Amino acid sequence: MPALDIQNLIKVYGEGTYALRGIDLRVDEGDFFALLGPNGAGKSTAIGIVSSLVNKTSGKVCVFGHDLDNDVVATKACIGLVPQEFNFNGFEPIFNIVTNVAGYNGIPQREAKIRAEHYLKRLDLWDKRRAAGRELSGGMKRRLMIARALVHEPRMLILDEPTAGVDIEIRRSMWDYLSEINAEQGTTIILTTHYLEEAEALCRNVAIIDHGEIIENGSVSALLSQAVQETFVLNLYQDITQAPSIEPFATRLRSEPNQLEVDVPKGQSVTDMISALKEQGIVVGSIRTKSNRLEEFFLRLVAQNEGSNT
Amino acid sequence: MSYWKLQWVAYCTIVRKEIRRFTRIWVQTITPPAVNAVLYMLIFGGLIGSRIREVDGFAYIDYLVPGIIMMGIITNSYGNVVSSFFGTKLQKHIEEMLVSPVSNSTILAGYVTGGVARGAAVGVIVSVVALFFTDLKPVHPLTTIAIVVLTSIMFSLGGFINAVYAKTFDECSIVPNFVLTPLTYLGGIFYSISMLPPLAQKLSLFNPVLYMINGFRYGILGVSDIPLWHSFAVIIVLIAILGAIAMTLLNRGVGIKA
Repeated sequence: MPALDIQNLIKVYGEGTYALRGIDLRVDEGDFFALLGPNGAGKSTAIGIVSSLVNKTSGKVCVFGHDLDNDVVATKACIGLVPQEFNFNGFEPIFNIVTNVAGYNGIPQREAKIRAEHYLKRLDLWDKRRAAGRELSGGMKRRLMIARALVHEPRMLILDEPTAGVDIEIRRSMWDYLSEINAEQGTTIILTTHYLEEAEALCRNVAIIDHGEIIENGSVSALLSQAVQETFVLNLYQDITQAPSIEPFATRLRSEPNQLEVDVPKGQSVTDMISALKEQGIVVGSIRTKSNRLEEFFLRLVAQNEGSNT
Repeated sequence: MSYWKLQWVAYCTIVRKEIRRFTRIWVQTITPPAVNAVLYMLIFGGLIGSRIREVDGFAYIDYLVPGIIMMGIITNSYGNVVSSFFGTKLQKHIEEMLVSPVSNSTILAGYVTGGVARGAAVGVIVSVVALFFTDLKPVHPLTTIAIVVLTSIMFSLGGFINAVYAKTFDECSIVPNFVLTPLTYLGGIFYSISMLPPLAQKLSLFNPVLYMINGFRYGILGVSDIPLWHSFAVIIVLIAILGAIAMTLLNRGVGIKA
């Protein structure tokens, strides 16, 4: 049984704007799934419909076999949502914010307090439990929203840009925590993010949505295998004044005289590229990718889709 | 977990949250009605009232007090729900409930109970204040309690509908300022409608607040301008109408869903 099964989902806003144009999407139980797309592509609308914040125009949404139209209570009980915007009561102590949400999910007060303590401690917020939500830093607010979404221990957690505005250290600790609950508790996680390295690092499967349509859907590894080339930045042991010619690799000079940028086409190995440079007397000290592979694939795909739409 | 147990826990959570909210800001919510009541009783009851003859066989201060108490109950049950639910919409934490398996009727019941709780709390406090000015004992305590609860439910529903439509704080105060206050003041707080000219008496019968104040006055003093069953009938019919409207708005997601 899929964790999420969306069929021909359409959303037309009041003024006639199509936000979703009949998308089909299936997320398996236990998956760590990324829903990617440019701003305004329809990601948040899709998530809003699944989590009952947005009314759909037509189509079918099932969560763990529960139909959103016919069995809304059971559907909602399976879902925890971390929305993009902070949406808690800024005047309420954060302990109460978490226990309230537990109560809305039918967890009696005594159990709600135990769970709130567990999740606030796990997300390093226990010391702030009596602070009002508005007194927290941006990173703390993000973690509060995760604690709140997990307090009823949902089978599916939906995160809409959970690490936006969060510093690197906290982002990495959030990645670790999300990976942990996915691996250990088997929680299905659906993530939207603008940080594509986040999606590449965390997710097994990905769908790319643009102009309200799914334009790509598959495993991260399968999508990355479609990448036509990968660009590397090389630190050289010596300065160079001219980019060497090493077919079939394209090379470019960078602003630093001891740095070189090289495109490695699909099917060619990095070892071959380094050997080719060595033959020309250029020794590579260190190497790194210029940009995230998924990011390059995503940009190319969206650009293609933009071209076909125009 | 059974559906009903889930809804019960959720209902208790909303009620607890609502009571915590208005008690946390007691200076804004509980104190002003008590201060207002003292002023009304001092000025209209003590200073001016001492020069007014009896009304329906009661000293004017005694006749006035049930109206003052009911005014506090009406404005506070309405105000509690309109401000709380609008704040919930504005800060978007309504979404906490919308994504949870809480039914719309549970959400509505929770907010209305919060409004009833504040209305009742204000009613008790104003009653205690009134004891400094007069010696009142309800003649019909059950009627008094029933009218308080039903009136609070009715105005809490009204506040809820107002909050659903409101987009700004101004829109939350339009109804209380321009509809509720005039209806309350003209609903027989300060006078018996038998003191009005015949046309004004007939027009007063279209004011729903008249039925609530007179029902409450019957419970406290045992006198009323209108039959008691009229009061109950009007309040119950209005609760049914406003309840149906509120549920329809919630089910359609008006003002809370895209």
